[in-house]
Amino acid sequence: MYEFNYHRPGTLEAAAAALAAAEDGQVLAGGQTLIPTLKQRLASPSDLIDLGSIAGLDGVRREGDAIVVGAMTRHADVASSPDARSAIPALAALADGIGDPQVRNCGTIGGSIANADPAADYPAAVVGLGAEVRTDRRTIAGDDFFTGLFETALEDGEIIVSVRFPAPRRAAYAKFPNPASRYAIVGVMVADTGSGVRVAVTGAGDQVFRAGAMEAALGGNFSADAIRDASVPSDGLNEDLHASAEYRAHLVGVMARRAVAAAAAG
Amino acid sequence: MADNGIGASVPRTEDQRFLTGTGDYTDDTALPHQTYAAFVRSTHSHATFTLDTSAASGAPGVVAVLTGADLAADALGTLICGWQVTGKDGEPHKAPAHPVLAADTVRHTGDAMAVVIAESAREARDAAELVEVRYSPLPAVVSMQDALAEGAPQIHADAPGNLCYDWEIGDRAATDDAFARAHHVARLDLVNNRLIPNAMEPRAAIGDYKPATGDYTLRLTSQNPHIHRLVLAAFIQIAPEHKLHVIAPDVGGGFGSKIFIYQEETAVLWAAGKVGRPVKWTADRSESFVADAHGRDHETHVELALDADGRFLGLRVSTLANMGAYLSTFASCVPSYLYGTLLQGQYTTEAIYCEVKAVFTNTTPVDALRGAGRPEATYVVERIVDQAAREMGIDPAELRRRNFIPSDAFPYPTKVALEYDSGNYRLALDRALDLAEYAGFDTRREEAKSRGKLRGIGLSAYIEACGIAPSQVVGSLGAGVGLWESGGIRFNPTGNVLVYTGSHSHGQGHETTFAQLVSDYLGVPFENVEVVHGDTEKTPFGMGTYGSRSLAVGGSALVKAMDKVIAKGRKIAAFSLEASEEDIEFGGGNFTVAGTDKSMNIAEVAFSAYVPHNYPLDELEPGLEETGFYDPANFTFPAGTHVCEVEVDPETGVTEIVHWVAVDDFGNVVNPMIVEGQVHGGVAHGVGQALLEGCAYDADGQLLTGSFMDYTMPRADDLPDLTVETTCTPCPHNPLGVKGCGEAGAIAAPAAVMNAITDAIDSSAIDMPATPQAVWRALGG
Repeated sequence: MYEFNYHRPGTLEAAAAALAAAEDGQVLAGGQTLIPTLKQRLASPSDLIDLGSIAGLDGVRREGDAIVVGAMTRHADVASSPDARSAIPALAALADGIGDPQVRNCGTIGGSIANADPAADYPAAVVGLGAEVRTDRRTIAGDDFFTGLFETALEDGEIIVSVRFPAPRRAAYAKFPNPASRYAIVGVMVADTGSGVRVAVTGAGDQVFRAGAMEAALGGNFSADAIRDASVPSDGLNEDLHASAEYRAHLVGVMARRAVAAAAAG
Repeated sequence: MADNGIGASVPRTEDQRFLTGTGDYTDDTALPHQTYAAFVRSTHSHATFTLDTSAASGAPGVVAVLTGADLAADALGTLICGWQVTGKDGEPHKAPAHPVLAADTVRHTGDAMAVVIAESAREARDAAELVEVRYSPLPAVVSMQDALAEGAPQIHADAPGNLCYDWEIGDRAATDDAFARAHHVARLDLVNNRLIPNAMEPRAAIGDYKPATGDYTLRLTSQNPHIHRLVLAAFIQIAPEHKLHVIAPDVGGGFGSKIFIYQEETAVLWAAGKVGRPVKWTADRSESFVADAHGRDHETHVELALDADGRFLGLRVSTLANMGAYLSTFASCVPSYLYGTLLQGQYTTEAIYCEVKAVFTNTTPVDALRGAGRPEATYVVERIVDQAAREMGIDPAELRRRNFIPSDAFPYPTKVALEYDSGNYRLALDRALDLAEYAGFDTRREEAKSRGKLRGIGLSAYIEACGIAPSQVVGSLGAGVGLWESGGIRFNPTGNVLVYTGSHSHGQGHETTFAQLVSDYLGVPFENVEVVHGDTEKTPFGMGTYGSRSLAVGGSALVKAMDKVIAKGRKIAAFSLEASEEDIEFGGGNFTVAGTDKSMNIAEVAFSAYVPHNYPLDELEPGLEETGFYDPANFTFPAGTHVCEVEVDPETGVTEIVHWVAVDDFGNVVNPMIVEGQVHGGVAHGVGQALLEGCAYDADGQLLTGSFMDYTMPRADDLPDLTVETTCTPCPHNPLGVKGCGEAGAIAAPAAVMNAITDAIDSSAIDMPATPQAVWRALGG
């Protein structure tokens, strides 16, 4: 770890000011990606602005028929939240499958989606459930939030405050984990929202994406049979030691069918 | 049986400190005025280089920057290989120089080029980044096939063709003849995947030098502190043995990787002398991945010739074994004498021939890892036996039974230079099949099919050789060391006992097992026995722990010492009890005059020996302390059968192990709980190899699996509950009748898993690790 200046502001405004004043500042949320990166000397920010002392940034609450998750809410708290579990059990289950207990007790939703790891789980929830991301400046539609590999629509110095998930009629997330890291090799969130079906795929491409053909097929018949032979093209999908593009494309179909079956079973 | 004696499942006394964070590991020690080392490591797998250390030398906190040039100036020796294997051509293997710090050429990523010594670990690492390295990259050879190809880039000038040796064992002509007579020949090409050891505690060392006395001390993570001392003194010549004190305190796992004499520990000790202050180094996990010796890494073609009844006529094996960039401490003997000699398996195969080419590549050196050669041998034998069974339509269990060495045939001379001591292979197989409900498997397969799963069952009837010995034999085969062990027994005046062993515990539970042994044998309360190990100034010279040797060899050395204690105690008791020595009987801790109630407890004898007021001083020295050395007459040969049952998800290729049975013959067992724990750990290790762990390099020699993000270690949820039982044919040639258990699981498991998968997917076209993608592909995906 290289040296950096550490800030622990008490308000969002102070955090934004510290970030703006820093030469090369970086927000610290749960630190589950950032801290290992710093320890391996793969990043050297001039300043770390720790959001841990800002009141009101964590917690899960109901807002009408939606669930609002504060940016600093730990994965374990989403997984165990009675509101999340009753309104959007697929979201609680997804959070419960991230990493391991240590990661779930430290990692936050804001940190996860701001990092936009192509193999992270939460992007599938944000896009698949049609969420919106609320920042200290504006609201960003989930569909517009992820813009590329580790890239988001966030502007310089913009800080996520919460994520609002409208409750779907039914939804489920199916994940094929990397056996080593347990990130998603492929993760598919399928949601029957009441105004259409959303199928969001994480892990397979350079960013989360929607599988349009599957959405169309499921719109007419929300059953695994409807996408029995469906897959996604392997062109452009990720390839690594653990999974070729072809294997990932195949797994998208398998995970999508399992998610649909789980969602349909309720 | 006493509550704490031989045969009792005594809870491990060492666990209190391990589980409460109060162990004494190398990194827990901080010496006054300690400095810290950071290594400058190659980012290229093959390159010449020059260094500019000026910026690093002037950086804050830097005490010294040492390079290969400084090593040369001090005329320090290079790292050695302690076993010289002789090839087919009668020539010794090629052991090119392995510098402590590379001088002008690096040969694998992670090869150390310089060491920075600084006031803090952070300053050392900061300065290491300031060492300017100018590389001139050389073409790299990563695969063994490429390394052996005509015109391949040469890694060492003195190893032409990148060949370390071309070795053979067995009878080629007899084997050819067996194949000529064969009714059926089964053939397989197998990869035994490269593994990265990943002990929980990374390697660490603290070198210390006292200029006033010329004494060096090295605290380090070692499985064999005396071997470290011997090599550092005699070959690398940092200090003579009597001026070098090596301490290996609590060590958090080794699996073989802490046997070896590496660049870093050597450099730290040398650097301590150079800077006149203690120098500490603790590997981070990233360093462990590139700098700990890897294991396995074989490519093998195997053929089995059978007659019409399925009897094994001949076995022909041709193996390429990867040595990595340099020949590590015991690397040469692993794919030769610890591999080819085990190809008899549990069978009466009439003729065997094996040839092994050991090959240099631009990868991390490869050496012994849990099982070391024996897992590779069992994998070859048990895969080809299953293949033959499938091809000939014979039940795999029945084919094994037809070919087992019968239980009345021991001692059994093999076709590959060994003599098996004892065993009952049929007993273990039949018990394992019962426990696995082998007869009901077809029903389970059908039931799984109804759930869309492919169920398979696989056997592995493994053999291993533990307690490598005797010294005269291994010496004739090229070993540079003897393979005996030492043990010391010191009674204190108050009757409690210190036990000194030359073996070393780094997770095996010696402090408990050896205390049970001594308590039982001498009749001393268990809690009055303390086991001391891991310190060259406390214990007699000893060979350390590897190859499942500690109880069979180290325990037997303790028996020798205890017999001497009893013999002396008998004399003391005879004098005190006014009886003749021949009339003194020893049992239950008491020396008794036969046929009388006149008796002395061994604690009273000890007191008398240290306070010799009434003592035969004209015949006998005071004190009660004895040392024994034990050189085994033979290896021990644990064996058994493991049965693995799997379910494969054909949609994803995921393999789930649903049932595991292990029936092992370890001879007599001192602590069944510890033995079962060793089996569990070994099976987990072997399952890791079969399903999860696959070290991978890219074509340039960059390690692709350089962290736990990509290198998959087995986790608890990868394993089912294990059903573990033992059978017992005592070892006939050591006094305890014990055989060794630490590696059995890792030896047995890979073939059991792969045979089960092969059965499930009805294809043998799959190599380890059988990852979901690999299984999916084997299924035609």
